[in-house]
Parts: sequence; C-alpha cells; structure tokens
Amino acid sequence: MIAKLTPPLALAALLLAWEAAVALLKIPPAQLPAPSVIVATLFANAPQLLGAAATTLSEALQALALAGAGGVALALLFSWSPMLERAFLPVAVALQVTPLIAVAPLLLIYLEPRAAVLACAVLVAFFPILSNAAAGLKAADRGLVELFRLKGASPADILFRLRLPSALPSIFTGLRIGAGLALIGAVAAELAAGAAGQGEGLAFRIVEAGYRLKIPMMYAAVVLLCLCGLALYGAFAGLDRILLRRWRDGAED
Amino acid sequence: MTAPLLTLINLSLTFPGRAAPALSGVDLVVQRGETLCLLGPSGCGKSTLLRLVAGFATPTAGAISWAGQKPEIGFVFQEPNLMPWADVADNVALPLRLAGMGRRAAAPLVEAALARVGLAGQERALPRQLSGGMKMRVSLARALVDEPEVLLLDEPFASLDEITRWELNDALQSLRGGVTILFVTHSVFEAAYLADRVALLRANPGKIHALVTLDKASASGAALRASPEYAKTCATLSEGLRQAMMPT
Repeated sequence: MIAKLTPPLALAALLLAWEAAVALLKIPPAQLPAPSVIVATLFANAPQLLGAAATTLSEALQALALAGAGGVALALLFSWSPMLERAFLPVAVALQVTPLIAVAPLLLIYLEPRAAVLACAVLVAFFPILSNAAAGLKAADRGLVELFRLKGASPADILFRLRLPSALPSIFTGLRIGAGLALIGAVAAELAAGAAGQGEGLAFRIVEAGYRLKIPMMYAAVVLLCLCGLALYGAFAGLDRILLRRWRDGAED
Repeated sequence: MTAPLLTLINLSLTFPGRAAPALSGVDLVVQRGETLCLLGPSGCGKSTLLRLVAGFATPTAGAISWAGQKPEIGFVFQEPNLMPWADVADNVALPLRLAGMGRRAAAPLVEAALARVGLAGQERALPRQLSGGMKMRVSLARALVDEPEVLLLDEPFASLDEITRWELNDALQSLRGGVTILFVTHSVFEAAYLADRVALLRANPGKIHALVTLDKASASGAALRASPEYAKTCATLSEGLRQAMMPT
C-alpha cells in the first residue's frame, strides 16, 4: 500500500516545493511559471493545445504502425535468410546511429512537412522493433525447433507456427520502445518543420510560444507531450498484459 | 524379440572446432521392442548418441541403419519444451498437426495420449498452470500421440523430485510393449528400474564401455523397487559405472 502511494506522493512533494519556491522567491511567470500557472494555461488554451496534441499523437501512432509492420516483416525476412540479414543489418544499424535531428532538415527538403515528420518518426521507431523482433525470432526454443524438424515441418511451419508466436513478447517490447521513440521522432521533426512555420503539432506550439515569449504556454505544451508519452507507454504495457498473458510466467489469474 | 531394429556401426562424431571426438567408434544393435538405457557420467556423449539416432546431428563417421525405412520417432527432451501460448491439447497435438491432421481429427488421439500419461481431462490447461512433473507428462504425451515405433528420451526426468520421478518412471513402464525405447540417464536406479539392457558409456572419448542385460523380475512399481533382483542390478550397474569412470 505504501509502496503504491510513494510515487504520487513524491510527485506531489516535488510540485509543492516548486510552487512554494516560485511564490517565496517571487520568480515572475515569464522566467519560471508555478505549476498552478501551467495548469491554468493548459485549461485556458485547452482546445488549441489538445488539437495539437492529437496531431502529434496521431503522427506518432501512424509512424509506429508503419515501423511495426516494416520492422516485423524485415525481421521475418532476416530469419528466413541469414544472408539477407548479414547484408542489410549494417545498413539498419547505420540508420539507427545517425542523429535524427540531422536528417530531419533533409527530409523536409524532399518531402511535404507532414510526410517528412512521419518519415522521421518511422526512422527512429523502426530499429528497436526490428532488432527486438529479430532477437525474439532467433530465441525460439531449440528443442521445439528440433521437434518441428523431426516431425517433418517445413521452414514456413517453423517460422510462422513456432518462431513468430515465440517472438511475440519481444515484438511487443520493441513496439513499446518504438512507441516512445516515434513520439520523440515526430517532435524532433516538428521542431525542424516548425522553425520553417509549417507545423501543427505540439512541438510547433512550443516553438511558436517561444517566439512570443509565452513561457507558461511552452511549459503547458511540454507537460502535454509528457502525458502523451506516458499514455503511449501505459497503453502498450496494458495491451502486453492482456494479450500476452499466456506467454508470461507467473501466478495464475 | 531378437529382431534388430537399429544398428549403429562404428559411429563417431567430432564437433567442429574440437580436437577430441565426442563419440568414437560406437557399435550397438537395438532390438525391436526393448528398452535400452544409455547410462554414463556427464560428458560421455550419451545425449549426443541419442541426438544422432534422432537425426538432429550428423555423424562424422560410421553409419546408422534402420531395419527398413526410418521409423516414426518420438523425442522427449530434458526440459518439457512446451509452447507457452498453446494449451495442453494443442501442445500434445503438435506432431499430428504438423503431419497435416485437422484439430478435430486429432482430438480423440490427444485425449487417449493424455489418458496414457495420467493427465485425462487436462486438455484446456495452459503449461504455466502445470507443475514440473505434469509438464513432463504433457511432453511424454506429445511424444506418444502419433504412435511412434521408437521413443527417444534424453534425461527427461533429471530435474524432477524423486517421487515425481518414480511416478513418471511408472508411467513410462506402463507404456512399454511394442515401442522401442532408448533412454538416456545418469541415474543407476532409473536404469535398473526401466531397462531390459543398459549400455554403460565412458567419456574422453565417448564410447560404450559395457553392455549389461538385466534380469527382469516381472513385477513393477514398489514391488520391483523392493525386490532383491533390483538391488542386485543397482549394485552391478554402480560397479560398472565406477569402472567406466576410471581413467584408461
């Protein structure tokens, strides 16, 4: 019970300290707004901010869907042909280690702003999904693989009836990580696009509010982004618990 | 019952990158319907021998020859190796389903196999709801469901507690008759209880040290375990194992 209450209590204490510090030291909201001011700003600008949040979230989710489908498909292909894996894994790693913020302006030259944001988010979310799926497909129970072969299973049988279901928990882990990264990718691309005055998402609101020195508005947008990230994470953790109950060891329900 | 089913001729296996062979010059004739235990210390290649017979590995030299076509083989591993996402019935049905049988056609065979290992009515249970011994029973039922001629077991009960192990040995003994069983174990007691013959293996390199034909009392279960013949067999096998473990 105490363990459950600790995180919200810690958060409340932190916010109270922040509120008190701002009040006691008389810091103007233009420098550091108190939590109460941020919440007030959030409510006052709710329609505008929520619309922007919906844009960013939908970008992230679309990117996640594309990266998920592509990453899992490529992992299946790699599992099918180790030669393909040897050939293309280095390319995937190179893409992964390239700082995205450097690629975003390039993408913005070639693509429409919306497509560029999507491409950026797909690029960052793709790799953890691919690598987790590939690892999961490889990690199928060796004894079962041998049993499948002993019983005359085809390579397709082994891939789709054994390796793919075995890999589902890893694939879900990849999707959960990818969901967070897709949001980061979308925001990074929006920042790059927003600087050119083309965006509509939350990151664009942050840039815009920055130009106008509306500091509480910037904070409100950041808070909303944080909530979006938490919502994504929580949704995937919950889906994981519901869909993969059979895979997870542990107490009976 | 002296019709050879399987003949191993001068079988050797050296793993890639290793200098010493894991198995060297193994000759062995397995009779149809017998239970042959492969008994030996760790590292003597007894599991490797079983894997060669199953076709999971290819020998470096020598030959594996079956009387007629390679028969249907059931294999039980050291771990239950169940699919966690599938219930007991789907796990047991696996060999049938891979052979192209529909779920409905497989159901009565699955039911029968589960009854044979003492798990009747557990079709809908999930692997994680079962104890270690029950999981092993499911694994045994899966190996039996397509009525294989040969059953290969690789130390299947090694990680179970003693009582569960006895129960599973009893279950296995009740399955005999018709099925030819090759059973790998490092337990003298298990070999003495189950086997018609015991091949004692020695390590470095792995080879057959001695073949012991057991004097089987007709009794089984507790009566067999309490019989003087059983005690004598255990003593003979222990002595054989001790000799097999001595350096050449």
